[in-house]
Amino acid sequence: MSVDIDPRRRLALAEKVLLAAEQAGATEAEVLVLADDSALTRFANSEIHQNVAETSATVNLRFVVGKRVAVVTTGRTDNDGLVALVEQAASIARVVEELEDWGGLPEPQPITEAEGGWSEATASASPESRAEGVRAVIAAADEAGSVAYGSYSTGAETIAIANSKGIRAVQRQTSAQLLTVSMAPNGGTGYAEAVSVDVDRIDPAAIGREAAEKARATQNPVAVEAGEWPVVLEEYAVVDIVDMLGYLGFSALAVQEERSFYEPGRRIGSDLVTMVDDPNDPNGLPMAFDFEGVPKERVSLIDHGLCGEVVYDAQTAARAGRQSTGHGLPAPNPYGPFPLHMVMSPGTSSREDLIGGLDRGLLVTRFHYTNPVHPKLCVITGMTRDGTFLVEDGKIVGPVRNLRYTMSYLDALAGISAVSAQRKTLKGFLGGVVVPAVRIDGWSFTGTTEH
Amino acid sequence: MRDITDRALDTAASQGASYADVRVVRRLEESIAVKSGRLEGVSSSESEGFGVRVLVDGAWGFSSSNWLTPAEADRVAAEATRIARASATALRNRVALDSRPPALGHYETPLDIDPFTVPFETKIAELLAADEEANRVKGIVYTETTYGAQREWKTFAASDGSFTEQVITHVGAGIESNAASGDEQQRRSYPDAGGGWQAAGYEYIRGLDLKGSAGVRAEEAVALLTAPLCQPGRRTIILDPSQLYLQVHESCGHPTELDRVFGTEASYAGTSFMTTDLLESGFRYGSDLITIVADATAPGGMGTFGWDDEGVAAQAVPLVQNGIFVGYLSSRETAPRIGRQSGGAMRADGWNRIPLIRMTNINLQPVPGMSLDEIVADTDDGLYLASNRSWSIDDRRLNFQFATEVAYEIKGGKKGQLLRNPTYTGITYEFWRSCDAVGDERSYVMLGTPNCGKGEPSQTGHVGHAVPGARFTNVQVGVGNG
Repeated sequence: MSVDIDPRRRLALAEKVLLAAEQAGATEAEVLVLADDSALTRFANSEIHQNVAETSATVNLRFVVGKRVAVVTTGRTDNDGLVALVEQAASIARVVEELEDWGGLPEPQPITEAEGGWSEATASASPESRAEGVRAVIAAADEAGSVAYGSYSTGAETIAIANSKGIRAVQRQTSAQLLTVSMAPNGGTGYAEAVSVDVDRIDPAAIGREAAEKARATQNPVAVEAGEWPVVLEEYAVVDIVDMLGYLGFSALAVQEERSFYEPGRRIGSDLVTMVDDPNDPNGLPMAFDFEGVPKERVSLIDHGLCGEVVYDAQTAARAGRQSTGHGLPAPNPYGPFPLHMVMSPGTSSREDLIGGLDRGLLVTRFHYTNPVHPKLCVITGMTRDGTFLVEDGKIVGPVRNLRYTMSYLDALAGISAVSAQRKTLKGFLGGVVVPAVRIDGWSFTGTTEH
Repeated sequence: MRDITDRALDTAASQGASYADVRVVRRLEESIAVKSGRLEGVSSSESEGFGVRVLVDGAWGFSSSNWLTPAEADRVAAEATRIARASATALRNRVALDSRPPALGHYETPLDIDPFTVPFETKIAELLAADEEANRVKGIVYTETTYGAQREWKTFAASDGSFTEQVITHVGAGIESNAASGDEQQRRSYPDAGGGWQAAGYEYIRGLDLKGSAGVRAEEAVALLTAPLCQPGRRTIILDPSQLYLQVHESCGHPTELDRVFGTEASYAGTSFMTTDLLESGFRYGSDLITIVADATAPGGMGTFGWDDEGVAAQAVPLVQNGIFVGYLSSRETAPRIGRQSGGAMRADGWNRIPLIRMTNINLQPVPGMSLDEIVADTDDGLYLASNRSWSIDDRRLNFQFATEVAYEIKGGKKGQLLRNPTYTGITYEFWRSCDAVGDERSYVMLGTPNCGKGEPSQTGHVGHAVPGARFTNVQVGVGNG
């Protein structure tokens, strides 16, 4: 690794740019430094075919004059690059319109370091160690007579923030992810994934075996009719529901723009559904503060089926006359605040209990290419993928071809009748999520395909 | 740049690379967002760095850095070769590249008005004026008017002596008007969802006339709140270019990427039903009216360049000819496996990503005869669908489903009643075979998207699509509206 991800030096860089911005006439300023050292080893057809590494640092400057706000980003961290950054920001801020409801940059608050967010093993992972993990996945596929595809990534990042209100915040974090699709003859496919702060907690051989076993079990899938089916969704599918709810509903900006389903206290799920955004969950990817330097709060999103709170950044909080919950993304941010650490509470069921509760239904491993059809109603369409099974009388009968669904995820939440005790940590749209498997009484499949 | 590129190539060779290339990329971007009459954000970003790609023992390695120094060039080139050696420990087939003459020269996007010299205050004023027009419409709850520009200075050098320099400029702008009532939310966009984008200068933005079109679209968004639902059934549909380009993108562009066909995207975006045996057998992809070309030379397209990121010259590659599947988007590594030369489709998202096979400009060729308006007039009973709202397609690119912002009922050759929440779905080749009319040159427009995702780590591509609008028969519509 060559990138300077030393936290103190990254914060010193942020302070240096902040001082220059203030000297250039900023009435408020915020500097966000992101330093990243990451690598990804990708494999297909049971061999490594892409293998990449990246060293980068960016400086993001929010330069404010009164209510005129400019954001400039640079990847040039030499002196000339930083001087140009400040000059460009100052020149834009002088000419832009005022942001009428500008709420000001956030004030400093005490920040408690997030425990468990850093792993030396992940930070020092080598191309050789990733290749060793990939070989273990391939060996599992070979053993099962299938072919392995996937990626194994490791990364270390430092986030440093200094603003003119006195915020000085710095944290470093690591993450590792191994995912694989295993393909067997006659249309068999299976998927498995593991995500952790600590790469040493990922067992490549086990991930390889899980995917390969499923690929073997899904050979020669048969067609079933689209229609309303009870389903069991594995954790890899549930992550999409959790993510979409966060994206479409639990952002304060979505509420303020009247495009969210959210209403305080509204029942949107069965009693079994409880969901929080918890940056300190030890199973997730911990983070102490957001990209505005505000400490991240634990926010109750759904409590036993009832809408709880939404997440705020500084600007949406100012509009609502309240404090940020620490969910800001780097400026400029047209998407608004986002829950990056969603955690769904476990239930009491085993995987066998979930499947055993289906008289005639489908077991779904994961979803593919999902997209909102009607955002406010949370209607989503997507496909099943990498392991869909017919279940009769509580037992898996055999694999079925993939199906398209068009379904309100709010209806899905309302139909949850059982939740697994075990959960998985997985990557969501932007952060790490912790999810169980669930059984849902009705799922609207609206189309079929040929595999 | 020669000091960096020469140093990286020399170091890679000294470390055992049989082939190496290096790209030095500087990217400048700016964006402006106006929401509901207020300036929401103005931003500018600059990114600069280099990436070194090497072949060692028949395996790939890549490393990148944003520190442009000769010493860092040494470190990155050495790291790339170390990574390639790690790749070689899990290799079953050595990589072989096709041959091509060294690429040499300079290319620059032609433009009239440099967007980076137009003052921010001018651009902001034009966006605010358009946004104001939309906000005048009663019932609009929020609007979003956006502008973006990107310029890349890209130097490519390879161990075979290639050295090219390119300056590529893309611009885009658009306006979205949103209406809501109760659980209903409706949006109308101009020129299409996500805005209109081209490889051009600021003259393209001026030509869009955002202000002149904002009010009409906003009124449609409000009217959609109380419009009848698009009912389920099998109908004749006409796709406006604002939707047809995405249909081409998802159901022809992606499945003809040869890397996807060979499984290298299987764990992420999936594979393709358009396998090589179908190429050999002359698979009927669509009706005789369907001719689709990957044309990296098309004026204004965001997939237009001088050379791809392997140094292969821009060219036009037929993918579907009169309905028959005839070609792929390809690279120097994949093309030889089907006995062809690279079609020049390798593109990388900046200095810190490897080139992948990406769409260039995937264009549905116009068919002489009828304009789009004349196709409508020729339709007794059908739906006219415009502007994408949602898209999804399975992992082999067969079963697709799209939602559009709006449908207009067509009766007796005339567009009439607005319909709410339209969707349509089908199987790719069945859908394209059902095409019975394609618009002519008069309806042919260059569109595209700056948000095409692919690869791990993720890459975002800018691609172009020139399309004229087309008619399809017996299509399932109204999914989920029953």
